Amino acid sequence: MSDRIKKASRHTSQNEDLIFQKSAPGKRGLELPPLDVPPADVNAALGDHARDGIEGFPEVSEIEVIRHFTRLSTWNYAIDLGMYPLGSCTMKYNPRVNEFVARLDGLATEHPYQPQELSQGCLKILLTLQQCLLEITGMDAATLQPAAGAQGELTGLLMIRAHLTSRGNPRKKVLIPDSAHGTNPATAVIAGYEVENIRSDSRGQLDVEHLKAAVHDDVAALMVTNPSTLGTFEPRIAEIAGLLHERGALLYMDGANMNALAGVARPGDFGVDVMHLNLHKTFSTPHGGGGPGAGPVLVKKHLEPFLPVPAIVEKNGQVALEFHRPQSIGRVRAFVGNFGVLLRALAYTLAYGPGIRQATEDAVVNANYIRRKLEDVYDLPYASPSLHEVVFSDARQKKFGVTTMDIAKRLIDYGFHPYTTAFPLIVPGALMIEPTESESKEECDLFVDAMRSIAEEAATQPDLVKTAPHTTRVGRLDEVTAARKPILRWKPKSSSSAAD
Amino acid sequence: MRYLPKSPSERREMLDAIGARSVDELFQSIPEALRLRGALNLPGPMSETELVQFFRARASENSGGYASFLGAGVYNHIRSVVTDTILLRGEFLTSYTPYQAEISQGTLQAIFEFQTLMCQLTGQEVANASMYDGSTATTEAVLMAERLTGRHRVLVARSLHPEYREVLATYARNVGLKIEEIGFTRSGEIDSAALAAALDADTAAVVVQSPNFFGVLEPLAQIAEIARGAEALLVTAIAEGVSLGLVKPPAEADIVAMEAQSFGMPPSYGGPYAGVIATREKYVRQMPGRLAGQTTDNQGRSGFCLTLATREQHIRREKATSNICTNQALCALAAAVHLCLLGKEGLREMAAQNVAKAQFALAELERIPGVRRVFSGPVFNEFTVQFPRSVRLINADLLREKIIGPLPLGRSYPELTKCGLVCVTETTPRVEIERFASSVRTALLQPV
Amino acid sequence: MYPSDLRYTKEHEWVRLQDVIATVGITDYAQEELGDVVYVELPKVGAKLKAGQSLGTVESVKAVSDIYCPVAGEVTEVNSALSDTPETINKDPHGQGWLIKMKVDDPAAVAGLMDAAAYQAFISEKGKDVSA
Repeated sequence: MSDRIKKASRHTSQNEDLIFQKSAPGKRGLELPPLDVPPADVNAALGDHARDGIEGFPEVSEIEVIRHFTRLSTWNYAIDLGMYPLGSCTMKYNPRVNEFVARLDGLATEHPYQPQELSQGCLKILLTLQQCLLEITGMDAATLQPAAGAQGELTGLLMIRAHLTSRGNPRKKVLIPDSAHGTNPATAVIAGYEVENIRSDSRGQLDVEHLKAAVHDDVAALMVTNPSTLGTFEPRIAEIAGLLHERGALLYMDGANMNALAGVARPGDFGVDVMHLNLHKTFSTPHGGGGPGAGPVLVKKHLEPFLPVPAIVEKNGQVALEFHRPQSIGRVRAFVGNFGVLLRALAYTLAYGPGIRQATEDAVVNANYIRRKLEDVYDLPYASPSLHEVVFSDARQKKFGVTTMDIAKRLIDYGFHPYTTAFPLIVPGALMIEPTESESKEECDLFVDAMRSIAEEAATQPDLVKTAPHTTRVGRLDEVTAARKPILRWKPKSSSSAAD
Repeated sequence: MRYLPKSPSERREMLDAIGARSVDELFQSIPEALRLRGALNLPGPMSETELVQFFRARASENSGGYASFLGAGVYNHIRSVVTDTILLRGEFLTSYTPYQAEISQGTLQAIFEFQTLMCQLTGQEVANASMYDGSTATTEAVLMAERLTGRHRVLVARSLHPEYREVLATYARNVGLKIEEIGFTRSGEIDSAALAAALDADTAAVVVQSPNFFGVLEPLAQIAEIARGAEALLVTAIAEGVSLGLVKPPAEADIVAMEAQSFGMPPSYGGPYAGVIATREKYVRQMPGRLAGQTTDNQGRSGFCLTLATREQHIRREKATSNICTNQALCALAAAVHLCLLGKEGLREMAAQNVAKAQFALAELERIPGVRRVFSGPVFNEFTVQFPRSVRLINADLLREKIIGPLPLGRSYPELTKCGLVCVTETTPRVEIERFASSVRTALLQPV
Repeated sequence: MYPSDLRYTKEHEWVRLQDVIATVGITDYAQEELGDVVYVELPKVGAKLKAGQSLGTVESVKAVSDIYCPVAGEVTEVNSALSDTPETINKDPHGQGWLIKMKVDDPAAVAGLMDAAAYQAFISEKGKDVSA
């Protein structure tokens, strides 16, 4: 086709301008009902504060907005399209009824400062969720306030600090396994602690001997993920908890891998003092391209006094927010929490009821099935049994110059989102795979076929894998230039460094 | 169960392939003593129909049928159904963080557009792809100022939202940051004389909100000047983003921390919302949160990717600019769609309607004997009013009329007894404002 | 392969001593491991550094590496051209890609660092070590 024809293919393959480039004065996408009070004299009301206009702000019609964002959406992979085998992300189905109930008039419309007697519906939702989460985890008390897992971790560590301070000494260090997620050490520092790493042993489990040597009276806590980021259960977890407790230290559990435990085992039973949950993982709230999430924190009785304000309690047959908590660590965010996310997590939990165990079992079956079907072509660095996720390494493919990153990119050509690459750090060249219970046998088989095919390609046509993906609308992006000379916004042509 | 795509025979097949006789075998690695024997005591299971019934029942137990004059950091604004149409597309709703750029260009371009919109609104050079909310964005902005200046003291206006201040205190306590509060004058603006006197060589930042918690607009140019005198940074928090439709952007601020809830996100009893940090380009490497950058692919085609990731927790670990991982991407998308729909003139018109409604409501209330405006400074859509008796008592009477009245300020500001914060937006019908005023008048005629 | 007029550290920095002024950079091995350099954080002129103290960082897209000061001294010059063209570190790590110049407290300390042959042997050992 000649150069003068601009639209030569379906929109999924062509460029879509930025919305600003479609803008023209006089276009409107949303009209307001007419004003029913006298218009204000803006200059009189605002004086010096009055603004001239918003330079560069788009002016487009409703149809253009719909087309623009619809086209953009077609460039995304999503759970609704297929599997995300991302380890430790638990990319499971986001039930659609949850979206419906979250938007109901009377729920989406409520203001967090309205009288509590006019908010009993919202408060009951929060209390019920709280009770369900306590039952699932075997803990004693909870806060639903933190906005995400990382914030939950911070809340938990601040409560540990407050608890230890009430005993005379906040202590100085937090121990973190070398297999931990990056938020763990980052959070420990923000909570005012130093970080000390604990090695993993030859089975990829926490080196208990190293831990024993490291637990001094200046250690506040150990932050552990169980099952670990390798997908294996820490068999000596009760012993580890005992070790810490003997020295007056606490056990924090990162609940990111709860998808292996819900309905099967409870962290409260194996000595965890405080933990967080990622509702956007185990509890199915949508990732939405990166958030929002929620990171409720659950604690044992001795930490209850330190929970953030407000707490959700039952009082005289009503549900109430309790603000007077003298030993509370304070607030970690405004208002009561990400209510819309919490509501969706409750809808998910109610859908399953006591049958939630089935989801956990299916998740573990899927991971083990994939492990069995791939362990002859991919290196399995640790022989320990996998629960809901399995970690391979690229050792065999490395011989041909093909890395985990390359394999991941080639997986895209087969219609899948990549698994988690290069994490955990204790496995060089890691391939971390978590299918979740949402994948059918058919989808698991398709994934296995794809991975086996790529293993063969790595040996016979390595360049094909190293330059993947080949079928996406853009190829590998120049992240180096993006970091050297960042272009982080559009600017109108008249100014320098304009985008196209 | 409808969310599980396996038939019993498929489960059997898969167990056979694994070589396990039963599912229980797969859990052997969990010590026997820790494995649950019975089922958990949980409500449910519920079919889709039962779920809807359950939540409809909860919805009926809230404030349906009541008029509300609450603002204070959460604002009721018109939203288009188009926003949900886009949000509910599975490719947006159920997609992951755009780490794999080749198959996330939709999310990445939307974030890039969101970043641009935030810059245009705030008059700043760069903006991130959202923080959890306005309160944590403000806190992160303060921590950023601390890193940039190497100083450890922060002066915070008392007129900054009380809950934002509480959050800041929780974070500051553990990193050795000293917070001091500066009061306000009769105009409702920050006490600049007190501010100037309090600044010293260890002050990292001055934090003000505009419009502030009382609804009053702060003189940012003047405050920036004062802060600059001590080489401290100016952090400006914005809780009501619609104000930027008519109010000058805080271009003289060094860091802006904005709550974007007013742009297309319903109140939803407190969240989820989206905070934004916007700042000068030279500070970008100390700014927390994700950033989408424009670049080219290996064929020279234009595209986007997450960039400057080395600031973040997954690489820096202990030395990260923040521990934030998840952001509020879907909420940011809602804001982007909403703002594109409204556009330049629509946002301006919405802001103008807010000002008109607030002026009307203020006039109605001031006509009531004993009721007076408290602060003389200019306001946007919220203002503080003093009543001749306790706001709580008045509100109790108003509730009987199915009106949720002003937020009493006495608890957070002991010197402001009998004062209430009134918010009126473009969604408040005139008849409701008139009914509100007449109900207040009636309530005041009752004996105490 | 590694210039004989330089001395090297175990953290992959090199030092070129002229009188009492030392030029410091990272080695070819280091830039290879790091990948494309996107950003460099350097100390201020006048900063007094101890041996082993972090003097700044070198960043690639996916990693950040601390640079450790090989010997004690005071920073006299920094290579500000790197803020515009950080890739120079990849192209010419032992020459134009220098990071800082410093006035060393004790010039004899430089002689105590590895010479080219010792450094070459050191990194060959690393290559054999699986956990490197």
